[in-house]
Amino acid sequence: MHSLSASYGANLVLQEVDLKVYENDFIGVIGPNGGGKTTLLKIILGLVKPVKGNLVFNGELLNGNSIGYLPQISTADINYPVTVTDIILSGLMIRKGIISMMSQSDKKMADSVITELGLAEMSKSMLSELSGGQIQRVFLGRAIIGNPRLLLLDEPGNFVDTTFENDFYEKLKELNNRMAILMVSHDVGTISSHIKSFACVNRRLHYHPSSEITNEDLLAYGCPIQLVTHGDVPHTVLKYHR
Amino acid sequence: METSIFQYGFIIKSLLGAVFASITAGLAGTYVVSKRMVFLSGGITHASFGGIGIGYFLGINPVAGAAVFGIMSALGVEYLSVKQRIREDSAIGILWAFGMAIGIIFIYLTPGYTPNLMSYLFGSILTVSNADIIALGIMSVILILYFGIFYRTILYISFDEVFARTYSSYVNVFKYITTSLIALTIVLNIRMAGVVLVISLLTIPPNIAMLFTRVYFKIILWSILAGFVGTATGYAISYYAGIPVGATIIFTLVIIWVLVKSTTLLIMKISKKNTIFKTLKQWITIL
Repeated sequence: MHSLSASYGANLVLQEVDLKVYENDFIGVIGPNGGGKTTLLKIILGLVKPVKGNLVFNGELLNGNSIGYLPQISTADINYPVTVTDIILSGLMIRKGIISMMSQSDKKMADSVITELGLAEMSKSMLSELSGGQIQRVFLGRAIIGNPRLLLLDEPGNFVDTTFENDFYEKLKELNNRMAILMVSHDVGTISSHIKSFACVNRRLHYHPSSEITNEDLLAYGCPIQLVTHGDVPHTVLKYHR
Repeated sequence: METSIFQYGFIIKSLLGAVFASITAGLAGTYVVSKRMVFLSGGITHASFGGIGIGYFLGINPVAGAAVFGIMSALGVEYLSVKQRIREDSAIGILWAFGMAIGIIFIYLTPGYTPNLMSYLFGSILTVSNADIIALGIMSVILILYFGIFYRTILYISFDEVFARTYSSYVNVFKYITTSLIALTIVLNIRMAGVVLVISLLTIPPNIAMLFTRVYFKIILWSILAGFVGTATGYAISYYAGIPVGATIIFTLVIIWVLVKSTTLLIMKISKKNTIFKTLKQWITIL
């Protein structure tokens, strides 16, 4: 991503943003609400066209093929009559055309994702029969079934139940061996110690190559003034607010 | 009593009508019910009555007028809801009454022969022409092909439109096409079930089906079957009792729904205690 700007109408949301994501990166994107984090994801997904700049993937212009996406609280209707297996299969639609049949190998891929995420017993259930954590695992399954190179997570902390939260981040750590992860959050506390580096987005983007942020960094960049400390239990320290 | 040849032709026509009505209503209805578009569909139905009135007034085919009105109002509401500039339920409510008003005004303004309003409001098999049956037949083929070819695309867009936008730039195209096809399905079924009752022809069969299964294409198949049983029985009752066919069809469908619902409830309840009923419950779940 190079010198990228985006705007809604006259409102400049992102300005000259540069971000490089390498294989097996685990980047936490933080910043205040309205700072442009979700816009950044939308640009990567191609939902918002940048006013300026471009996205390059493996030397080519980016397409959706290699990206998995777990949206912020899903807009999907949990009472919709569709099974867990079918929802996870929809993650393959990126590389299928509009006329799409799912082959036996597609279904095998779905089965292995379902087993990996511990959803085997509910593969034929509807979402309304699952718990919040299970629903999120279904959507995670939809994001990873295509073995993406890059996994985008938008505020996953928002609909994880706390009992499941640790499992979820453990799962992400495992997945991180296979794919780079870019996770958006406004709450640093939910970004666990698994994160390898930070990017602060508040119209401009500032990249921190380590998972430690110094107080000076925060003051200089006008990012949300919250710190994660890494102990046995990661916790959040609130600092001076501007 | 009419001649047997007439009766034979009438039965064939009724049966074909029942088959095509249940296919079109089953496919469109499953989409409408899953996506919670029942109120929108009701709005489309009543708005299309305006087209019927204008059709009579101008001396063109009322069904063609209804089709134009139905599709335009469907696309209008979809467009407005995409733009989010208006409360969707209010827009539908206004459209609903406005369509009926236009219909009544123009039918009363039409000089000379006034059509039988009752047959449009409550349906009548006697006014269903061969052309209507053929149109429904063509619509069945179109819907089967459309849902058959684009099954997953349609399913996933209606399940999670926001996610679908991340991989497809055709989301709006599919939404508009599907909504137009639903509007056409409704309009073509008005002759038979009537403006007031046609919406139940779309909504009751999928609700019967969902008592058995949660898999989308199975809901479609069960809806078509339930729709056929309801429509054919409704025809028979209507014919022998001389009641408008729309009313008898809907009545039969609701009776089926109540029977199936109470049977499944009963089985679920007993199955907790009795092992024989447990297997029966599993059998139902497999279906």
